[in-house]
Amino acid sequence: MNIVVLVKYVPDTQFDRHLTGENHLLDRNESILSELDEYALEAALALTDERGGAKAGNNVTALTLGPAAAAAAVKKSLQIGATAGLHISDEALAGSDASATSLVLAAAIRTLGPVDLVITGMASTDGETSIIPAQLAARLGLPQLTFASSLELEGATVTVRRDGDDFSEEIQATLPVLVSVTDQANEPRYPNFKGILAAKKKKVTTLSLAELGVPVDAVGLVGSKTTVTDAAERPARTAGVIITDSGDAGIQLVDFLAAQKLF
Amino acid sequence: MSAIVVFIDQVAAPGKLHAIHHQLLTLARGAGEPVAVVAGPVSAGLAAELGSYGVSRVLSSEQAELGEFLVAPKADLVAQAAAAVSAAAVLVDNGAQGKEIAARVGVALDAGVITDAVALTSDGGALVAHKSVLAGSYTVQARATTAVAVISVKSHSVEASPAAEASVPVVEAVTVAFAPGSLGARVTQRTPRAVSGRPELEDARIVVAGGRGVDGDFGPVEELADVLGAAVGASRAAADAGWISHAAQVGQTGKKVSPQLYISVGISGAIQQKAGMQTSKLIVAVNKDLDSPIFEIADFGIVGDLFKVLPQAVEEIKRRRA
Ligand SMILES: Cc1cc2nc3c(=O)[nH]c(=O)nc-3n(C[C@H](O)[C@H](O)[C@H](O)COP(=O)(O)OP(=O)(O)OC[C@H]3O[C@@H](n4cnc5c(N)ncnc54)[C@H](O)[C@@H]3O)c2cc1C
Repeated sequence: MNIVVLVKYVPDTQFDRHLTGENHLLDRNESILSELDEYALEAALALTDERGGAKAGNNVTALTLGPAAAAAAVKKSLQIGATAGLHISDEALAGSDASATSLVLAAAIRTLGPVDLVITGMASTDGETSIIPAQLAARLGLPQLTFASSLELEGATVTVRRDGDDFSEEIQATLPVLVSVTDQANEPRYPNFKGILAAKKKKVTTLSLAELGVPVDAVGLVGSKTTVTDAAERPARTAGVIITDSGDAGIQLVDFLAAQKLF
Repeated sequence: MSAIVVFIDQVAAPGKLHAIHHQLLTLARGAGEPVAVVAGPVSAGLAAELGSYGVSRVLSSEQAELGEFLVAPKADLVAQAAAAVSAAAVLVDNGAQGKEIAARVGVALDAGVITDAVALTSDGGALVAHKSVLAGSYTVQARATTAVAVISVKSHSVEASPAAEASVPVVEAVTVAFAPGSLGARVTQRTPRAVSGRPELEDARIVVAGGRGVDGDFGPVEELADVLGAAVGASRAAADAGWISHAAQVGQTGKKVSPQLYISVGISGAIQQKAGMQTSKLIVAVNKDLDSPIFEIADFGIVGDLFKVLPQAVEEIKRRRA
């Protein structure tokens, strides 16, 4: 089985994040493998583990698109258990919106030959739009099974659950498919010592846009179909009044609500 | 005037419009000529309701594929209808399905897609979407640079208002040519979620959310929510424990809410929880541990036991109302 997992290198959400420069691009220092992509990787590894792992010819390719530093996301994925890495790296990509990004990702996946499954996280933790999986499925002509809270494969049939606001749905498709998984889908594993050593021997391919055959003007700020015209940082929230309950905190709470005209 | 397409799903629960549809139609009317694209049946009542929001043109399809498969056929409908009316913009709701329809319509029409808009303004005829990014730490303005703008819009981005004069919509049946890849993900089972009777999280003016601190008992949280007419939210820990549905989860991987008031109860305030609630107007926290990070952002914090504080507040509200 051939599985591609999208892994994004994103600013760590534990720290303050900033938009910089006249184009309001995200400062990408202090980045890590997006924690939501760990669920995608786990879903892929669980499927291949059940089928005899890499020894039985199952490949899990970790695919990332981003600057040179983004190779760290691929490296971590290899340590966790992916069998190979593909890194699309090109300066021209900076500032690409979802449309340009999904275009390049689709081209990258096409270089991998027949793929059974493309698995992604439910959203990136930076842009948080959730539109890449749907755009990628549309571009590759794959059935999309998105926001999966569970994922099963039997023969060539993939079954997922999707828990929406109004409905909980079971959805089926036949391979090849694209799946995005939520953080309900599994418990991601961590890299262990053996995995870290093994990762050093795994193959990572780095491709430029020219090697992918994607024109430079289809990506970056020029090739994007949206533009951010203005950005303003919100003042950070500060702590207000804190009281310790000495028997009447419930009443003080109501006083507060009344003062704010909230009941 | 240019056509502004509003997508209205009537497949799984037909009959009437939701509050978000009223809002989208109000936005569309402000930006051009609203055209409703409906997946599923257009009943007389629905047509009249659309007319009251100034819609004079409705494109609809009742093809079975729209309901049998996930998202993609609906996106085909919206893209083909938008092309047929030469739409300048496509507006959809910001739910999971809405965003994905926006995404696919963007690919089909080669158009820019903006999600999570909380307001739309116009600049020289072009729609400008206002949104909050990076867990609420920035507000940005974005626009599409393409002929068509595809925007998914959050609840409450505008106050809905019916048109000054109602129109009588003409309903045109359209036949969608589904892309082969669109008919792959078949919905084999659909179970409606239980309705609580409380306001929806994203619509509510007040949210009372409980965390691991409720220790299996959402009673006090629900009682406070009910006297305040509030929605009930939860941390992931509470939802993971099975005490409440995941649909109630607020945070990075749950709902993003910004009500007038968010009352956080027995929730520590981890970064992933804050990501879903820190744009609330006011935050009240009840937690027995003064060191909980939630107190760093609470406007009013109570260090105390929720099982004492909440029932007392509920009694006091009832007493003052009596
Ligand atoms: C990828 C990822 C995504 C996530 N997404 C989300 C998300 O969307 N939403 C979310 O909430 N979390 C999310 N989390 C989890 C998050 O990191 C925290 O684990 C979670 O928010 C903790 O929930 P909690 O505050 O209810 O529990 P805890 O951290 O255990 O806090 C419980 C609090 O209750 C207080 N307490 C206990 N008893 C009482 C009492 N009787 N009276 C008053 N206070 C009491 C305690 O002092 C404590 O502060 C995510 C985590 C990951 C890794």
